[in-house]
Amino acid sequence: MLCVLCAFAVPITAVSPVMKHQTAALSSNDVPNTGHDSLIQRISMGLTRLLNGHKTFDHGIYPIEHKELTAGKPIRRLPFADELIIPLQQHKGRASLPMVKVGQEVVRGEPIAVADQFVSVPMHAPATGIIRAISLTTTAEGPKAPAIILKVYHAASQQVLYGSEQDIEQMDAQAIIQAVQDAGLVGLGGGAFPSHVKLQPPPGCEIQTLLVNGCECEPYLTCDHRIMLEQTELLLRGIRIALRATGAQRAIIGVEDNKLDAVSHLRARIPAHLPITVEAVQTKYPQGAEKMLITALLGMEVPAGGLPAEIGVAVFNVGTLAQMGELVPQGRGLIERVVTVSGPAVKNPGNFLVPIGTPVRFLLDQVGLNGPLGQVILGGPMMGMAVASLDVPVTKSVSGVVALEPEDPTLARRQVYPCIKCGECLKACPVSLNPSMLGELAVAREYGVMAEQFNLDQCFECGCCAFVCPSNIPLTQYFRIAKSINRDAQRREAAKHH
Amino acid sequence: MRIETPAAQCGPFAHDQVSIPRTMGLVMLALLPATLFGLWQFGWPAIWLFLATIVGALLAEIISLFIAGKPIKPDLSDGTALLTGWLLAMTLPPWAPWWIGVVGGLLAIVIAKQIFGGVGQNLFNPAMVARVALLIAFPVEMTRFVTPTPLFSAAAPGPVDSLAITFGGQGFDAFSGATVLGQVRMALGQGETLTTILPELYTPLASAAGTVAGSLGETSALLLLCGGLFLLYRRVITWHIPVSLLGSIAVLATLMHLLDPAHYAGPLYHLVSGATLLGAFFIATDPVTSPVSARGQLIFGAGCGVLIYVIRTWAGYPEGVAFAVLLMNACAPLIDHYVKPRIYGRDRRGQPLEYASDTETRR
Repeated sequence: MLCVLCAFAVPITAVSPVMKHQTAALSSNDVPNTGHDSLIQRISMGLTRLLNGHKTFDHGIYPIEHKELTAGKPIRRLPFADELIIPLQQHKGRASLPMVKVGQEVVRGEPIAVADQFVSVPMHAPATGIIRAISLTTTAEGPKAPAIILKVYHAASQQVLYGSEQDIEQMDAQAIIQAVQDAGLVGLGGGAFPSHVKLQPPPGCEIQTLLVNGCECEPYLTCDHRIMLEQTELLLRGIRIALRATGAQRAIIGVEDNKLDAVSHLRARIPAHLPITVEAVQTKYPQGAEKMLITALLGMEVPAGGLPAEIGVAVFNVGTLAQMGELVPQGRGLIERVVTVSGPAVKNPGNFLVPIGTPVRFLLDQVGLNGPLGQVILGGPMMGMAVASLDVPVTKSVSGVVALEPEDPTLARRQVYPCIKCGECLKACPVSLNPSMLGELAVAREYGVMAEQFNLDQCFECGCCAFVCPSNIPLTQYFRIAKSINRDAQRREAAKHH
Repeated sequence: MRIETPAAQCGPFAHDQVSIPRTMGLVMLALLPATLFGLWQFGWPAIWLFLATIVGALLAEIISLFIAGKPIKPDLSDGTALLTGWLLAMTLPPWAPWWIGVVGGLLAIVIAKQIFGGVGQNLFNPAMVARVALLIAFPVEMTRFVTPTPLFSAAAPGPVDSLAITFGGQGFDAFSGATVLGQVRMALGQGETLTTILPELYTPLASAAGTVAGSLGETSALLLLCGGLFLLYRRVITWHIPVSLLGSIAVLATLMHLLDPAHYAGPLYHLVSGATLLGAFFIATDPVTSPVSARGQLIFGAGCGVLIYVIRTWAGYPEGVAFAVLLMNACAPLIDHYVKPRIYGRDRRGQPLEYASDTETRR
């Protein structure tokens, strides 16, 4: 009974900007095989799709998209900056170890740093030039970190001369995983987790389904959209490589239904013999989060504290797989990525192929500004980080640079009122936490209670709670602080026992 | 080119078009039709009382903020004190003397809200605390209702005459009336049966439209329903509390009516009479004093509904919305403690999900 009520309540209570897209992409051939699901599950799934259009997860928010600024802009190449800054830690895991010396000349694509153990990746020279320094530089995260600084030879041809062709059909899974690590590939959607680690599931787990994440739910960003349209062949090749490496039986490309052109474009180009399907999902933030996409497409949840591999799933961003499709067969390394440069302060927003290490200042110089600059955000406005200096470089995980105007309404100082327990944050939180209670606890500095009783660790800082809060409480920031204090406390505790 | 960036702020760099003043404004907008109807129907004395109550509430807020050393202008402009005063005025007998409104406003703001720590900290609904306190302290003034004398009608007192009623303590026995709930309750107490009394006292249409004796803003069930639907449409409230509250009253009333139609009125009578709709859409849905989770709200609403019916039918008062809401307010923290949403990746008991091996092979 309740179920039916909920299903009918959704269209009334949820203001759905996706209604206009509802008709397309509902064909039955893209429904994954749910033959063993119970009848009730199938009926409820059918009802949900009838009423809501495409599949999705519970909760979430509908921020203004602003994607029209760049969605129609094809990917263009930008000139090289004079100096590129390549931090040694652009990924999750251990920092790379530099293998070049100051004053050494390097050729575009040449390895300049090696991976330090398994959960780490090498770095490659994004341009032909000379190593000017290996020193501490500012990073978007805040603390200074070691980086290789490369002075670009503008006279050079900038051809990629490194790499050797490899036939992926002849390679076994281990060889592909090694090749992916050698390519320095990490999650390009923003996670920056080394891709080869995800290709090799932990012992006891077996990957059955490969999910390809083309949701791109952050406002402003359109680089994945353009990649799906323009680098389709590379993307499909990347999917085939990943299928081969993981041994997965099928791949599903999940695309938010604000990009139905990409859905039909991909469907038209997928060869019939490949086990790859494309599925439109509802346009809702944070649909592109790994866990939310798994729930939307497969109806399963990643167990708390576990990995997607434990339920037989691996999720890769479309940009990552397109690069995998390009780099692995040629034996090359990751030296550039597609970046959306957008925002109200940008004169000529667009999607650009940017060498890793390009300073944000150079990027903004190239696209031009309308006037004074407000916050500059690396990534999207929901989860991205505002930079304190424009000298920080574009790293492997930076999918967008969003420049806001100083008087942008989203930057206005809002008066913070006390929590009125309206429950909006509970309705927004995609992992069903109680941000209202967590916020009160954060104010009371009960950080331990937050983690132990209210599952703080499952918060992935998507920002939905702060977005909907009528009291303007900076909940997400509270939670970041709480988590970092808890981490420090744990570290101290561990040190005490040693 | 030299580009300067301001100091980095923290994300997210987007915010929904919501704020507390906006939410309060929407609630007031939803209350407006029923309020205007009440003011029109009960005339100038009601208008004076309405103003006195709101002024009382605002004054109490200013004084409390001043004593607490809090910034007065921003805290006053959030609109919560205004809304509290407004809601309280809606539940008062329309021709009550001015000091009922002012004392009520003071009680609501000082005792029920500011002593707990201000906005968001109160355990009980301020308007209902004030109403119950007034009802117990001043039972005569709080139960003296009038028959409707619409503005500009011949019998209606003018603005100046009305000042004498509201501020001068002048009696108004000529206009006295009683609420349907009160009359029915009294008649039942004298051993009569509903089959004889209901047809004289109650017509569903009049009660729904609101052209009956009653509290200032509670009489028009239809206009309150419209306001409530507006709040649902604008997503200020969710359906959980109103539906479970009205539903539980309707179910109980239907059951009892079927068992003994001579002594227990049907569901429609309970839904359109008294403060049921005001309570369901505007009082029980107060976010501060109700549970935060959807399931908790269902329990809370159902509890309110059951208590309203029980108090109306078997307890000492003809109307029980205020008591029911306060009792359930006290339970809200408990409900929140026990009824928590299932967290992603965990089962209802909070343990990480475990997929059976067949689930894996199926995919």
